[in-house]
Formats: sequence, C-alpha cells, structure tokens
Amino acid sequence: MSKTMTYGEAIREAMSVRMRENPNIVLFGEDVGAFGGCFGVSAGMLNEFGPERVRDTPISEGAIIGSAVGSAATGLRPIAELMFNDFLTVGMDQLVNQAAKMRYMFGGKISMPMVVRLPAGAGTGGAAQHCQSLEAWLTHVPGLKVVYPSCAEDAYGLMLTAIDDDNPVMFFENKNLYPVKSEVNSFDPIPLGKGKIVRAGDDVTVVTYGRQVFDALEAANKLAADGISLEVIDIRSLYPLDEAMIGESVDKTHHAVVLTEETRRGGYGGEISATIAEKFFDSLDAPVARIGSLDTPVPFAPNLEKYYMPSPQDVIVAVKKMM
Amino acid sequence: MAANKEQMKDMYVRMRRIRDFESAAARLFAEGKIYGFAHLYLGEEAIAPAVCECLRDDDFITSTHRGHGHIIAKGGDLNLMMAELFGRATGYCKGKGGSMHIADRDKGILGANGIVGAGQCIACGAGLSVKIRKTDQVCACFFGDGSTNQSTFHESLNLASVWKLPVVFVCENNHYGISMSQDRHQAIKDIADRGAAYGIPGVAVDGNDPLAVFEAVQAAVARAREGKGPTLIECKTYRQHGHFEGDPATYKPKEEQAAWMAKDPMPRYAKFLVENGVMTQAEIDAVDAKVAKEIDDAIAFADAQPFAAEESAVVDVYSDIVEEVRDR
Repeated sequence: MSKTMTYGEAIREAMSVRMRENPNIVLFGEDVGAFGGCFGVSAGMLNEFGPERVRDTPISEGAIIGSAVGSAATGLRPIAELMFNDFLTVGMDQLVNQAAKMRYMFGGKISMPMVVRLPAGAGTGGAAQHCQSLEAWLTHVPGLKVVYPSCAEDAYGLMLTAIDDDNPVMFFENKNLYPVKSEVNSFDPIPLGKGKIVRAGDDVTVVTYGRQVFDALEAANKLAADGISLEVIDIRSLYPLDEAMIGESVDKTHHAVVLTEETRRGGYGGEISATIAEKFFDSLDAPVARIGSLDTPVPFAPNLEKYYMPSPQDVIVAVKKMM
Repeated sequence: MAANKEQMKDMYVRMRRIRDFESAAARLFAEGKIYGFAHLYLGEEAIAPAVCECLRDDDFITSTHRGHGHIIAKGGDLNLMMAELFGRATGYCKGKGGSMHIADRDKGILGANGIVGAGQCIACGAGLSVKIRKTDQVCACFFGDGSTNQSTFHESLNLASVWKLPVVFVCENNHYGISMSQDRHQAIKDIADRGAAYGIPGVAVDGNDPLAVFEAVQAAVARAREGKGPTLIECKTYRQHGHFEGDPATYKPKEEQAAWMAKDPMPRYAKFLVENGVMTQAEIDAVDAKVAKEIDDAIAFADAQPFAAEESAVVDVYSDIVEEVRDR
C-alpha cells in the first residue's frame, strides 16, 4: 500500500502510531498542543492524545530536555520538540552532559529512550538565530544518535526507529521540507546507519542528507546533459554512518563530493570527507570536495540567504573541477 | 508528622554510615587511593538520611557532585560505591563514573551529577514520568545553595509548579558555592523565599537537625503524593571540609567554622537520642561499631577488586553500538 504524504504528516503519523501503541510515549515542547507546533507538525495530536501526553511546556529549553532525560530514565519514551534547533544552546547541558553520557557514566545500567525533534535549516528568512544547521554539534557527542530524513517515507520510518531506540536520538527535520509531498511505499521502521542511493551513477559520488538531497539531484540532472553521471547517496543517519555504502560507491566512481547545509568549518561534512580520505583513499582519483554554507551567521535578506547556502551550481562546479 | 523511634534510630544509622564513609574517603584520598575528585558530605549528614527516611524504596532521588551522602541514605551499596571510588571494574559504574556519577536505578537513585543544577531538570522528568504512569511515587531532588542561581533551578521550580509535579526540592544550603560564600553569591538570606516566586511552599529548616528536616520533608512528600505539587525545603547546614579534598578552604573564616563545628549534627543527634531515651549509649556504640566494620569491609572489598579491561572503555556508550577499538 502506498500513500502520498508530506514530510510533516509523515512525522506526525509515525509519532501517532507509536503513541497509540504505548501509553508511556509522550510528546512535549513549546506550543506543540493547541497551536500544533510552530510548523504544524503535531496539529491534531492534542485532540487525539489529550493534554497529559501532548504537553505544552513553558519556554524553558533546559527543563524540556531535562524532563526528557528524567522521564526516559524512569519508564517513559519521551519525544521532546525544540521549536528550532538553534535553541539547543539553551538546553545543551541536559543533552550533552546528561542524556548522552548517563548510560556510560552509570556503567550501562540506565536506559535513555528519548527523541529530540530539531527543526533546522535556512531558506525561511529566520536569519541568524532561527535557521542554523547544528547537527555537527551533536554528531560530535558520543552517546547521541543523529538522523536527518529528506522525504516522507524516511521521516516516517526513521521516526518509528528513533522512538523504539533505547538511546537518545536527535531527529533533525528540515523546515523547508515539511510541506513537500512524496510517496510512502513502506511504513516499516528504517534501521539507523543505513543510507539510501537515491540516484545511481558512475562518475562521481555525492554524499549528502536533508534538503541538499534535492540540490544534489538537480545537479545530477543538469550534469547528465553533459554526459556526467552522479551517484547520490542520502545517508539519512549521520551517526551511525553507513560507511560501507559510501565506500562501495567511491570504489565505483573514484570521486566524492560531500554536500551539507551547515557552515562548512568544523561541520559533519568534514567528518565524512575525512572518513572517505582515510578509508577509501586508494579508490580516489581526486581530492574529496566539501561543500557547505559560508562560514557566516545565516543572513536575513533573501538574496543574501541564497548566497550563503550551497546550491546545485556549487555541486556542478566541484564535479567539473575534479573530472 | 514527627519521626517515631524506629525512624529516629534508622536515621542515626544512615548518618553514621555517611560520616564514616566520608571520613574514610578523606583519608583514602589523602593516601592517594582515590583518584580524581572527592566532594564530601561531612557536616551535612542530618539531611539526606532524614529525607530518605520519608521516601519509599520505589521513590526517586537526584543528586549532586556532593552525592555520597544521598546515595548512602537511599540505600546505595557501600561496597559498590567504594569500588567505584577506587575505579574498579566491579564498582557501581564499572570504573567509568567515579565519585560524581554513582547511580542505582533499581533503588531510584538517578545519579550523582557533576553539573551544578542539572538534577533539578531531571527530577522534573521523573515527576512527569510518575504522572504519566499514574503511580504515587515522588522524587526528592537534592542541590546546593550555589545551584539556586542556575537557570535550571528557576526553570525546574516553575515547571514543577505549573505541572504540579511530585518533586520535593531539597536545597542543602551549606553556605558555599566552592569558595564563594552565600552572601557573596546571592542577595537573599533564605533560599526558601524563592518558593513564593513559583507559587509553592518554601520552608527553611535547621539542616543540622534530622528531626526538623524529617518533619518538613514528611509534609512535602505527603503533598507531592496527593498530587498537590512541589515544595522547596531549604536545609541550613555547613560544609565542614573544603569544596573538594585538597582544598584547604582558607576562604572560610575560622570563627564561622568553629561555630558550625559546635553544631556538628553527629554528636548533637547522638546526645539527643540518649537524652530522650530513644537509644542507650550502648546501642549507639553498637551501631558505631557495626558501621565501622561495614566501612572497613567496603574498603577491603574495593581494594581487592580488579581494574576494568581497557577495551571495556568502548562499551556502554550506546545500548547497541560498541565503539571502535583503535590501533595504538
């Protein structure tokens, strides 16, 4: 059975499916109830599950993430939403020093089944404090898993897995993708650490995730006209990372472009690039190209914002340079 | 409600256990047997035993960097604690946590914590869990005066208040945040006053008197179990040692130290028990001897334990991923 859904609906549906099955799953965050979440992702969930399980919180990011930590340690499987991933700064201690480390610090004797939903990404005019892509902050922290779906099916399947996981899973959601419809052919959980080849090709591997999957595909279409064939990998899960899929592709294409929306310096794109260089160096015919946003805060005006972000054209330029 | 005789005796046993454990820890740290940090509970023994006397086994606590007393009071295993302080494989945390990270989920101990104020938010989570699971458990949240200036304190008291969470906030005001005395780190005298800001009861008690602590906590626990929400209890006490072992605490005025040593909860409470016929001196001596042996046994146990295999460092980061062991 297949169904067309938006990315946002897929997230809502996956949360709802699990909440129907397990009364100990709760969703809380700022304005997730009657307001339906800042982006409408949880619209209607208050009506179905009631105010005990779909909880509006005060504007207190530390207490939001901390409540997830404390409730996960004592029998719930909480889903906490931060309205924007930029607000991580305010609740970071609870995530980095508590959620991520408790299992290890306590000798493996505590479980931390929690999901933190993190709307991210530029392209909405939110400027410097509402449009960042901060995934690298979290991939850097041992103890966290980090996922970032690009389409409805992946959003659905990864959300199911994130909720089922006994570890803290950071669930990035690209704000621009919420209204984007796509076909959901499978409603099964998607294991973390499994990438997806969204377009097969022979000449250059583009490793990417999130909204940039669409940029990569656009570049692939344009380059096909020039007779250059791109293989586009959507890693979907940043940690754990599907290194095997990347390796197999690079063995075939001998070229790699890593495309992410984050500011490039210190980004996760650097980690992927280094992994390719360390592990698959012998397969490479050219240095790995690393594409990201400018190393600036996200600017406001539409022309500046567009200039700040990576584009399909950046991929085309990088590919032509390495061929 | 005041403590009955059995509860009074039991509190003495727990207090004595903490005093002896901490005294041993101080000595072992000085001898180099304990690595890292040791923030001791010496002087504050009247608080955690009285709080935990009001709790059930299935209730929760969150603790602090100065957590040994809380863990012992909630029934933590002395052998496993000492082995962890020694960094051994069979310690509470398999040698991965140390003094500041001891937890025992089965006993409701949600962990000591190296981040000042972090336990306050975690306690709210435990309280939320109780509400959703519809039990009548409570969570006692221990923290110091220093943490009441953190955002977590204000976020947590507000959240617990507005959600009526079953949390008892127990502030151990030992009058110092590391080297900074309370009158230098905040412009109020009674931290209990801050309860009013969140519409919850705020009570200040003599933190060196377990009976005073017991009475206040008993009422707060009853309120929490009835679903009426949190209480802030400030226990005024004194940190007899430095912030951690090795800190000579030269910033503490000598007269202040002497005045508080005169109010040391251990001899004071023992004297009360004898004078009021709760325990005879002989009974107290017997408890002291039994506890002394427990501590000696814990040290012997810890000393005999192996260190963890180095490769175990990559385990327990996740439930299902073992990190890479690198070539060296």
